[in-house]
Parts: sequence; structure tokens; C-alpha cells
Amino acid sequence: MDHSLSAGADAIIMDPRDHVATALRDLVAGESVRYQSAGETGTVVLLEAIAFGHKLAITEIPVGADVRKYGEVIGRSTVVIEAGRHVHVHNIEGIRGRGDQSSTAAAAAKGGGGTV
Amino acid sequence: MTDQAHQQADQQAQHGPTFMGYQRENGDVGIRNHLLIIPTVICSNQVSNRIAQLLPGAIAIPHQHGCSQIGADKDRTFDVLAGTGTNPNVGAVLIISLGCEVVDPQALADTIRVTGKPVEWFDIQSAGGSIKAIEHGARLARELQAKLQQQVKVPIPLSRLKVGVKCGGSDATSGLASNPALGAAADALVREGGTIVIGETTEIIGAEHVLAERCAEPAIEERLYSIVDRFEREVERMGADMRGGNPSPGNIAGGLSTIEEKSLGCISKCGTSPILGVIEYAQQLPEGGLYFMDSPGNDIECVSGMAASGAHIVCFTTGRGTPTGAAVIPVIKITGNGRTFQLMEDNMDVDVSHMLDGSLGLDAAGERVWQEIIEVADGKLTKAEILGHQEFSINRIGPSL
Repeated sequence: MDHSLSAGADAIIMDPRDHVATALRDLVAGESVRYQSAGETGTVVLLEAIAFGHKLAITEIPVGADVRKYGEVIGRSTVVIEAGRHVHVHNIEGIRGRGDQSSTAAAAAKGGGGTV
Repeated sequence: MTDQAHQQADQQAQHGPTFMGYQRENGDVGIRNHLLIIPTVICSNQVSNRIAQLLPGAIAIPHQHGCSQIGADKDRTFDVLAGTGTNPNVGAVLIISLGCEVVDPQALADTIRVTGKPVEWFDIQSAGGSIKAIEHGARLARELQAKLQQQVKVPIPLSRLKVGVKCGGSDATSGLASNPALGAAADALVREGGTIVIGETTEIIGAEHVLAERCAEPAIEERLYSIVDRFEREVERMGADMRGGNPSPGNIAGGLSTIEEKSLGCISKCGTSPILGVIEYAQQLPEGGLYFMDSPGNDIECVSGMAASGAHIVCFTTGRGTPTGAAVIPVIKITGNGRTFQLMEDNMDVDVSHMLDGSLGLDAAGERVWQEIIEVADGKLTKAEILGHQEFSINRIGPSL
């Protein structure tokens, strides 16, 4: 993974497989954001403000899709996410460490007995 | 120091770059020379603190444990106390017992004495209560401190250094800047022949496959997967979503959405070396190469476990900013968040935030961290040391009885 950044980018993509870029400054709605991916520069128009360090979708992400950053899966989309949207806890969820979705928890929620 | 230890120090000085440190009787090397006061049990905390207050430079490690514990949980408390006393940054130890606790002060003293450093202990019940215990302990501590003041620093090769890598109060800059920079410094130390330990089993969930590929042997890979699985099953048993606990509310405010994202940003801090082994919390670190310690992500518990495993320094990356230090080892604070560096400069040692505007390359940022490690090994005080941060916490794995 190459972490070297070039001057002037508004957002950084960690791997060419990524669906998201990370804002390198506070970005405002309507802004056309330049990002870098695999040495190439792309642009996306923001549908909402993105705070420094937060993620923006650089492509449309369908619902229930694996969402990638660092080239790896960081979670799953819970709604359709349009390019230029803020990507965060309101529209992606973790897949790991989900005791609330485990078979035992689900069984407990149902009153027990069921296998999932 | 014995003649043998002198010879060893001389031999070491002939090999590669060095720093000035303390040669211990058993061959260990230290970068600090602390007098440590260990309460075996919470009941001895106040007496231990009072004694430390009477001797500037002495460090007490008050804690919540040492009684009403059984089995592996009791052993873990013992191992952390013994490991902290054994840490080569500690030159002498005074153990304060109450007299009826489950942590055996004699066994604790015997375990630490194996290193050759002076160790004294007594119990408050036999001493006749707090005031008499404070007086008796202060006299013992003064004698121990006099011995420490006679010790002189000698040249020690950098290859003897053991450094823990940790992140806490992470935000998105941690994965983009400070963790990769620390990883480059970790690689520099391993190339030099030194030792790196990474912990935080919690915070490799979702990234364990990346580290598993780097395990030197299949057995190590299996062990790594098994400790992550063990932890995740524990979360499932509690029926909770990790999110909110980890990533924490601060992590989420900083832009981290899931534990997977946080983990993937975390793991770069240990560099790119092969993983030579998985050690238990507070287990003694081998010499040379990269190791994984099965520990919680909790900052103080993890750093205390690394200190107990024999690490000399912990390098700690943070995005949100945290003041934490450690009782017997320097903690170097590294941030990739320029705002945090400015806001919390009293607590931050190294600023690598210019990686984000492209004006500081990864190699240069890694070199900045590596030079800080060398200077701190050589005696430069970290911000946490200057401010007297001596956080200490013991991980629990069982109920209080």
C-alpha cells in the first residue's frame, strides 16, 4: 500500500479497488472534489458536506454491497449510496464483532430455541 | 555491575549504533533507572503512594486488584506486577503487602529478584499500620535509591531495544499518516536487530487476514486466527454490536465507521516484517523481530501489558489526542492530525501531519519517528514523562469473588 500523497488533492484513495475517498480537508456540498487513485486524478461533485477525515463515495454503491477502503472490506452498505455522498455509520455497517446479530443473540431475541 | 556484565557491555558497544543505557546483572539493558514501589493489592495503594511522594523519582503503581481473584485471573495480575518489576527500565523494587491478600509478596519478590536487581518487601499488618509502614518503607526506599544513584550509563546497541507499537484515540489520519510512519520506524528497528511488539487483538478484527499472511509459520497463523476468534466469540456472548465501544464515539466522530476500517488503518503501525510469534498478555518478549501480543485494545491495559513483557518504550499514535503515559516506560506520542498537534502540543511528541498535504514523504516521516525513538532511548524525556503521566492498569479475565 503506497501512502505517499501528492500535494493538492482534496481527498485520498488508498487502493484502486476502493469505493470511498477520505477528505483531506473540510469539504462543502456542491464542491467538485479532486481525488487521486492509482496515480490518476478523478473528480466527484459532493451532494453534502464532508468533514476532514470522513469518507465520500466516488462511485454509486448498491444496497447490501461490500464497501472497500485500503482495498479491503470495511463494511456493508445499508442503503444505495450515490457518488458524492458522505459514507459513514448512517449508511454502512460493520460485518464483524456483531454480537447483536449472532445466532445466540438472535435466538435470545426470538425467545430461544431457533438455529440460524 | 559484575565483571561479566561489564564485559558484555563492552562487547555490545563494538557492534553498530548505540545509545547510553543501563546494563543489568542478568544481561538485560534498561533506558531508565526507576525505583518502583509495587502494592501487591489495592489495600496497599495509599501506603505505596505516600512512600513514593517522600522520594522524588520513585514510582508507585496503585491498582485495583490483588485480592478476591482466582485461577488465570489471579495469575495475570501476578504476571503483570512481576513483569513490571522485572522490566529493565526498573533498577530496584519495593513491594508493599497488606499481609492477607492472594498475590504472594514473597513469590513476587523472588520472581523479580531473578533479574539480579535489589528487591525489598514487607507487609503493613506486621509493620503496625499505615504510619509505621510508610516510615519503614521510606527508609527501605531511600536505601534502594542510593544504590540506583551509583549506577552509570554505558553504551548499548540499538539492536537491544524492544519497542511496543500502539494506537489510541484514532481518527482517519491514523490510518493515513501516523500508523504508516510508525510502521516505517518499526521496520528500521527490526532491520537493526531490535524487537517490535504489536497488541490489541480487538483492533485487528477485519484485518487479521492481512497479518496472517505475514506469519512466519502456519502454527503462528493459526494462533493469530484463534485469538481473534476467541475475542469475537466473547463479543457475541455479550450479544452486543462492537460499534460504539470500538470504534469509540471519538473514533466515529473522527470518520471511522466500523471496526474493520479502524483495524485496517491500525495494522500498518507494526511495519512489514514477518510475525515471529504470538505471545500472551504480559509474557516476556523474545529478542529480535516482530511479535503479536494478545491484548485488549484498551490503551492503558495494552501499554501496561507491553511494559510487563519487557518493552523499553511504547510508540503511541493518536488522531484525537491522548495524554497517556506509562509507569515504567516512556510513551512517545505521534500524530498525523495537525490540528491535534497544535491543540495538544503539551502531550504530542512527533507531528507527521504534513504527510497529508504531500510535503512529508513516508520515508522522511518514518525517519522522524525513528530518530525520536533513539533520542528517547538515550534519555530524552517524552512529554508524558515530563508531565508525570504514570498510567498503569491490569487486564482482568475473571470475576471478583
